[in-house]
Amino acid sequence: MDLSAIDPVILIASLMVASTPILLAATGELIVEKSGVLNLGVEGMMITGAICGFAASVQTGSPALGFLAAIIGGAALSMIFGLLTQVLMSNQVATGLALTLFGLGLSALIGQGYAGMKPPPTRPLDLGVLSDLPVIGKIVFSHDAMVYVSLALVALVWAFLRYTRAGLILRAVGESHEAAHALGYKVVRIRLMAIGFGGAMAGLGGAYLSLIRVPQWTEGMTAGAGWIALALVVFASWRPWRLLLGAYLFGGITVLQLNLQAAGVAVPAEFLSATPYLVTILVLVLMSADRSRAALHAPADLGKTFHASS
Amino acid sequence: MTALLTVEGLTKAYPGVVANDHVSFEIAEGEVHALLGENGAGKSTLVKMIYGLVQPDSGRMTLRAAPYAPPEPSAARRAGVAMVFQHFSLFDALSVAENIALGMETPPPMRRLAGQIREVSETYGLPLNPDRLVGDLSAGERQRVEIIRCLLQDPRVLIMDEPTSVLTPQEVDILFATLRKLAAEGTAILYISHKLEEIRTLCDRATVLRLGRVVESCNPREKTAAELAEMMVGAKLATPSRAGSAPGAPVLEVSGLSLPSPNPFGTSLRDISFTVRAGEILGIGGVAGNGQDELLDAISGEAPVAPDTVRLHGQAIGALGPSLRRRIAVLAAPEERLGHAAAPDMSLTENAMLTAAIRQGLATRGFLKWPAARAFAEKVIDTFDVRTPGPGNAARSLSGGNLQKFVIGREVLQRPEVLVVNQPTWGVDASAAAAIRQSLLDLAEAGTAVVVISQDLDELMEISDRFAALNEGRLSAPRPAKGLSLEEIGLMMGGAHGMEVAHVAE
Repeated sequence: MDLSAIDPVILIASLMVASTPILLAATGELIVEKSGVLNLGVEGMMITGAICGFAASVQTGSPALGFLAAIIGGAALSMIFGLLTQVLMSNQVATGLALTLFGLGLSALIGQGYAGMKPPPTRPLDLGVLSDLPVIGKIVFSHDAMVYVSLALVALVWAFLRYTRAGLILRAVGESHEAAHALGYKVVRIRLMAIGFGGAMAGLGGAYLSLIRVPQWTEGMTAGAGWIALALVVFASWRPWRLLLGAYLFGGITVLQLNLQAAGVAVPAEFLSATPYLVTILVLVLMSADRSRAALHAPADLGKTFHASS
Repeated sequence: MTALLTVEGLTKAYPGVVANDHVSFEIAEGEVHALLGENGAGKSTLVKMIYGLVQPDSGRMTLRAAPYAPPEPSAARRAGVAMVFQHFSLFDALSVAENIALGMETPPPMRRLAGQIREVSETYGLPLNPDRLVGDLSAGERQRVEIIRCLLQDPRVLIMDEPTSVLTPQEVDILFATLRKLAAEGTAILYISHKLEEIRTLCDRATVLRLGRVVESCNPREKTAAELAEMMVGAKLATPSRAGSAPGAPVLEVSGLSLPSPNPFGTSLRDISFTVRAGEILGIGGVAGNGQDELLDAISGEAPVAPDTVRLHGQAIGALGPSLRRRIAVLAAPEERLGHAAAPDMSLTENAMLTAAIRQGLATRGFLKWPAARAFAEKVIDTFDVRTPGPGNAARSLSGGNLQKFVIGREVLQRPEVLVVNQPTWGVDASAAAAIRQSLLDLAEAGTAVVVISQDLDELMEISDRFAALNEGRLSAPRPAKGLSLEEIGLMMGGAHGMEVAHVAE
């Protein structure tokens, strides 16, 4: 075993890249859950975004168009979920699970013929002098644009929820759909918009995997990233900045695990892959043990079906 | 007086029921107008149409002589119609200011809004801190949030749906002072309540609805409460009565009972002590959310407590679960009919099986005796006059009053030694409520120790031997119910919770 083979600078830099897909998907799911909807189909929307983005950028030669296609693909898939759960009032848990299975199958179907291809490369942003700074330059200023976009989106979502009226209405709908309806807010419409945003973000996260992180197309390539994103929202107790922290923590574990294996440390890889879920379960237990304040950020009407009775 | 709001021939039908049938009335500026009627008479549907939540099938409304047909609540709010809801339209996890902003059309920035809230709340004597979380407020304070939300929009018409059901008598006085001040400023108030004495004190006119139709319009001050009740029901009402006998030996003893609340906005029970004797009814009053649900859970066994704190005939039973307590005849009927007292989608037979299996011997060695359960359900239906096609019907299909009769009857027929009921007549029409109260009185007459938890003070005064009040998880010392004045009761319930009388004089 040779731990000196692990370079902390490269480790942290690659941690940011490894975390970006789950950060994007989790930011979307945070908005969805804040509106009171539990969409378990993140994995399906991610992989659909991955193949839509991959196919579009291979066809057009433009990564930007690829990301756009991923947004549309993820959002379109989420609208199926929206239609089923909000309009036809199906069970959210079952529908979300079905959406994951459907997304995995659909992406495999679209992806036939794309295996083994190379997508057009996305270059890191040229930030001039900043990138040449020692250590900091390598860690913070040597990434592609999407890393910075994901950070900006976290900030935007935070500001949206905290400072805007639309954000307040979204939280209100997730907190009590009955009360929001009584005040005249369109619960179903607001939730559909949130679901669409969640789908778009999951698609974006998926495309980041297939276009930048890996970059190629393999069936089932998200390999549980969507589930980690779901776990992350709970871990962060529905707060955007904690989401960022959690994503980098979970991403860090993934990267560390690869490095440790390369360095020959005898920690079973399976154990490290299970860590995010173990941490999430721990957080859930702590939350339900401290009944006073911790549960406060959870949307009270999460996962409940809304039916306008009047 | 000029009519501010007129309603003409408003009709709304739902599948199977006409909720409003050609309803007409009018309200003048500065008038406090009562809308009277039993549950299901169509009061809620009517005000929902005025507030734009429901669209009428036919009929028309005018506001200040202009046609008025709000397609949604925000249109109604823009036109100057505001509403205080019966079940608060508030969000627990949001702050007071955020809640108020959600109910306004064009709220100012948060900091200015906070200032306005302070200002208005002081003018009307309803102190309120804009930064507090609504989930931490008492019921009276929550209602203040709703009222101030309306006041900030300078309403012309203010609709209040059952506003006093969650207030102590002192808080009611303050609310009435606020409403009179508003009326004096020219606001028309549409006031829904079934508390007839309140309507006689507050309202200038009353419109009585029965089965969706206007049956009477009168000045409530010229009528007695009994006359108003008869207009609502359309028949004479029998008052529950009992022979009155001396209570026997202590049956249920609760001492030093404390129980932390299981949810963040619940109330923890603190050091509760009382004794109930055989044949006695102990009435426990208090504003909702002061520990009523938790107290029922502690006595029924849903929330196990320290063994010594609950005793039956001197035996410690605090640690026993609900089934073991049923075995020794400690029974309960919780407040929430659908989902707590009864499983909504199961039949009445199945629901009878659920609580009566042990005491009625409806199960042997894990196998269920369905014919016996069905017979028991039928007995409940017959004895308590539950209106339903048969025991095979789902609990959900029954009306509130009928299901409540079934739920209470199911426990009463199991010959309990101790029966705890929470809100036995909540949302139940007057005749069913009278029947339920009578059955509780009869049960006590037969020697059962009965604990009635309720927010309806008139009900408690009518049936209890002794009265105690829950306030923030603490129980006041029980006192004989006979001769207690409304003011004394109000003080037992915690007085006005820090409110002050509005500065009525202009």
